[in-house]
Amino acid sequence: MEDKTLILAGNPNVGKSSVFNYLTHSNQHTGNWTGKTVEVAKSSYKYQDTTYNVYDLPGTYSLNNHSKEEELATEFLKNTYHDVTLIVCDATSLERNLNLVFQILQITPKVIICLNLIDEAQRKGIVINIPRLSKLLHVPVIPTSAKKRFGFEKLKEAIANYKLDIPIRYQQEDINTLSTLIAHQTIIQTKSPDQFIDHKVDHILTHKFFGFLTMFALFILIFWLTITGANYPSEFLFDCFNKFTPHLTKFLTLIHLPLTLIDLLVNGIYKVLTWVLSVMAPPMAIFFPLFTLLEDIGYLPRFAFCLDYCFQKCQSCGKQALTMCMGLGCNAVGVTGCRIIDSKRERLIAILTNAFVPCNGRFPTIIALTSIFIIGLSRNSNIYSAIILTLIIAFAIFITMLVSKILSNTILKGEKSSFTIELPPYRLPSIRKILKESLITKTLKILYRAIICSIPAGIIIWLLLHITLNDTSLLLHLANFFNPFGHLLGLDGVIILAFILGFPANEIVMPIILMIYLSSNSLIDISNLANLKTILVDNGWTLLTCINFIILSLFHFPCATTILTIKKETNSWLWTILSVIIPLVVGIILCIFTRTLWLIF
Amino acid sequence: MTLDELELNREGVIIKIDSSPLKERLNDLGLVPGTKVKCTLISPLKDPKAYLIKGTQIAIRNQDAKTVQIFCEVGDSNGR
Repeated sequence: MEDKTLILAGNPNVGKSSVFNYLTHSNQHTGNWTGKTVEVAKSSYKYQDTTYNVYDLPGTYSLNNHSKEEELATEFLKNTYHDVTLIVCDATSLERNLNLVFQILQITPKVIICLNLIDEAQRKGIVINIPRLSKLLHVPVIPTSAKKRFGFEKLKEAIANYKLDIPIRYQQEDINTLSTLIAHQTIIQTKSPDQFIDHKVDHILTHKFFGFLTMFALFILIFWLTITGANYPSEFLFDCFNKFTPHLTKFLTLIHLPLTLIDLLVNGIYKVLTWVLSVMAPPMAIFFPLFTLLEDIGYLPRFAFCLDYCFQKCQSCGKQALTMCMGLGCNAVGVTGCRIIDSKRERLIAILTNAFVPCNGRFPTIIALTSIFIIGLSRNSNIYSAIILTLIIAFAIFITMLVSKILSNTILKGEKSSFTIELPPYRLPSIRKILKESLITKTLKILYRAIICSIPAGIIIWLLLHITLNDTSLLLHLANFFNPFGHLLGLDGVIILAFILGFPANEIVMPIILMIYLSSNSLIDISNLANLKTILVDNGWTLLTCINFIILSLFHFPCATTILTIKKETNSWLWTILSVIIPLVVGIILCIFTRTLWLIF
Repeated sequence: MTLDELELNREGVIIKIDSSPLKERLNDLGLVPGTKVKCTLISPLKDPKAYLIKGTQIAIRNQDAKTVQIFCEVGDSNGR
């Protein structure tokens, strides 16, 4: 039994992560856009009694150290002992890929080339003389197709039997010429590339009028499907949890737990936990697969392409559009994703503004509030909710750009740098892969985190409710303490307190508010919105409260996980603190502004 | 002329890329002298534009495309 180390390298968006997943049967996130992988992923597989440890490097165009990922990849290749470097190449654009192959060959001669997307190349009429390519480069070349799951046995065999051929050292200056030469010697284009459909779709998606229209339509469609699809499972879960409550209480009494503890478990933990599960899980389970679908088809780079001009005007990078989109899923993921931005200045702007775009955990509350206060509780309000949510996100994007502009004119001054992005061909996504990836890796992970956070939050709130000082609960004291500040923002002390207690996870802000409001009442069924409306209105909520709550939930401090990620990514407390202060200031200013308007009219 | 002046669906050949911090990045993307480029898409706000380079569609901002000198045959004005 021996161990071997294998490094996966290659250009961005050539399917490295897919190859990695097929070799090691893992669930590394894949998608049809450049810069998907920003960290080195590690896993292993067994083949003929040997364990292969596989490292998946982020995709790079070169090893010239322009960006963080390139630095990382170069360092890793130079400093990590490995038996083989597997360079994954895109068979449809081999010539460009060869540049990196030569650069890697300068560092290490122990290379196998995995010629991925060979099926796509065939479809485009590209024929590659593989034996010749292998001979010219003096390295084994194995054609594969991650999508058709073809070539991987051969690949494993080639890795197992790898022996170093004559190492050749290439000179930096020769690389471009060599790539072109070898490409001409080995690639034959048998028919003219048929990019007709791709091209038509591209023209619509980036049309000066339809471009933005389809952008809006796509978002509205996704939100509409999410809202509509999540309604019934949410109600169903609520019902089930509520029906189970008496049984739980009975059972806990039966095992002779003290009454206070039962109350803590049922009215503290169980209530918050079930709210988070029934309100958060269904929309997440629908939104994530839909969004992954958009990602896999290849829409996101087009989105960045359409919006880049605005970012250019803000002296920031168009790739910020991509990190914003990732933020829609989870801001912590969005912050890590900012590594795809090359310039440090622009990367910081993207990191500091990422939490401005609401993550998944904030959607359900916003949706519920808009349908209560803005649309009214009619049936078929879902489409309006979707439109309003899209508008809210458009507003969040506008504020993102505004703050980016302010930042690049004040503390983050500097030259605007370049922006280049690959617009990959549209690819038919694999439904099975999408479901597996988005449900298992994303939804469960984020849900798990929300659950972990809701348990201590439930306990803390319960304790605050039950510890009294001068006959008033600690919670009420705190709420009263925050009341003046809350009123200044057109809110109340309870809401401010809920945002502070909701620091570990945005998902639990609403349940905290409800728990506090309901603390005097006994259990009320909050599964339907009419009840929710009664509770809120009874506690003095108006349209202004609703609007300002939404504003504050868009712009307050990032959640704990995101803040930790920002600290990790920026490696500086200064930027981390700023990432807390900036959205807070924006939120407070906007809230005071709307309140003043409200008071005038 | 420079790359940003290339009209939609027209082809050109790269002659030279001006020295700038960006040059290496463009080289990595396959923009080297002698390479054929074709303007394939213009974004809704006219900037950036996308070019087909060695089989890959790449979006480049106009200010960056200005640093790329190209040769474009005159006369073939109806594109493809």
